[in-house]
Amino acid sequence: MSMQFGYVSPEQIMKDRADYARKGIARGRSVIVVQYAGGILFAAESPSPSLHKISEIYDRIAFAAVGKYNEFENLRQAGVRMADLRGFSYDRVDVSGRALANVYAQTLGTIFTQDPKPYEVELVVAEVGLTIETDQIYRITYDGSVAADSGYSVMGGAAEQVGRYVSEHFTEGASLEGSLRLAVDALGRDTDEPRQLAPSSLEVAVLDRERPRRTFRRLTGPVLDALLDRGGSETSPQADSDTSGD
Amino acid sequence: MVDVSRLGSLPAEFLTPGTSSFTEFLRQYSPELLPGNRVPVGDLSGLVPHATTLVATTFVGGVVMAGDRRATMGNMIAQRDIQKVFQADEYSAVGMAGSAGLGLELIRLFQLELEHYEKIEGTVLSLEGKANRLSHMIRGNLGMAMQGLAVVPLFAGYDTAIGGGRIFSYDVTGGRYEEHQFFSVGSGSVFARGSLKKLYRNDLTADDAIAVTVQALYDAADDDSATGGPDLQRKIYPIVAVVDETGYRQRDEQAVAQIVEEVVAGRDLRPDGPVAPLR
Repeated sequence: MSMQFGYVSPEQIMKDRADYARKGIARGRSVIVVQYAGGILFAAESPSPSLHKISEIYDRIAFAAVGKYNEFENLRQAGVRMADLRGFSYDRVDVSGRALANVYAQTLGTIFTQDPKPYEVELVVAEVGLTIETDQIYRITYDGSVAADSGYSVMGGAAEQVGRYVSEHFTEGASLEGSLRLAVDALGRDTDEPRQLAPSSLEVAVLDRERPRRTFRRLTGPVLDALLDRGGSETSPQADSDTSGD
Repeated sequence: MVDVSRLGSLPAEFLTPGTSSFTEFLRQYSPELLPGNRVPVGDLSGLVPHATTLVATTFVGGVVMAGDRRATMGNMIAQRDIQKVFQADEYSAVGMAGSAGLGLELIRLFQLELEHYEKIEGTVLSLEGKANRLSHMIRGNLGMAMQGLAVVPLFAGYDTAIGGGRIFSYDVTGGRYEEHQFFSVGSGSVFARGSLKKLYRNDLTADDAIAVTVQALYDAADDDSATGGPDLQRKIYPIVAVVDETGYRQRDEQAVAQIVEEVVAGRDLRPDGPVAPLR
């Protein structure tokens, strides 16, 4: 740390840094990670089709992030390198989401306390298991805290509002269509007036439990449209459900 | 000097932006894991298992690659059921002949190289790009090749740009050559290539192409002691990979067994195989 003018208590320094990081993260849109019967679904609102917030790390592990793009992109690439190096030196089954969550936590924790400015990012590392009970979702915040979430995880701008909607409507072991509909509806709850998101502004991917080897798959174009249509007809139209719900 | 406060964090090399090549990253961070970084002295060719013959042929809309299952060490059979043909990525197959241990390690690194690029960059390499990358990796093994531990791969894939299969062969110095229609590498390749020449035609279907490769491997095993023929007693058949617009798939054992049995039955009637027309 550079010399401070006068005395600033450590509590105050940490608080200022945390506020700074939180403000940066709150500027972006939310990302939702939710378990469904066949795996783990990731959904985000993304203005660019190529600057991803959701990515593949390894066979059964994916990464989702909110906040400053250059910072989380750097962490993502480091995670891919770490996973690939570990899989190459040992075996593909020896790459675990937990180990990756740990190094991200260490890295962010160190940056938070030692670097001139904390990273304005929040990450999810999710690993799809062979059964729904063995799925793992780790959420890592800007200061290196790790939380193991069960069922779903929400981060970003209006995480609280969006998270509330997800917690009210989440059911364990739902279908992919149903979970996608839930995620898309929830993403539109970041403002007081619910928004309807266009499929073209969505970034959606899954870790598909049944796929051999690399389970990560992006859902785009006609596949995404078809899933959204089916999800819409499965539940009652969302316009009705909100007025009765809130 | 290790910064103790940063222990457990991602090392600086991991957080340095730049390369999307896994091999380049290994060179910077863990060079001891790179194949070809250990150069021994003397001729070691008789001391390690050698993988033998591979064949590949294009067909309408794709390419087939097949390999026999034998590895030899001098005059001994080192392994009866070795796998020499592998998936490189979604749209390509890679096989190796030569020093088996180095070859398998090289293939593992090549597979990871393609996957790593795909994950870091969010896009796949062109087929030419993959072929060139492999060439670079072979060149790194030149020191070992001089010691008798050469690895010669064969690379084939579906080129989405032209809608067909393409085959690339290599020499030990990393020279890369595009082959048209069909090719073969390894100890039995001379005999296999003669066979492919007579059996190849422009209108092969995927199953025809598999039959052509099985015939060629049979001919290679017929005249080269290091190439293994189909082992009907142990039910060990060639490994056959097909790459077309739907991607890579290894042909399941039963389908290959059926084609092998037909080929072997044909050889009962005519041991030298099908007759090519004279004119």
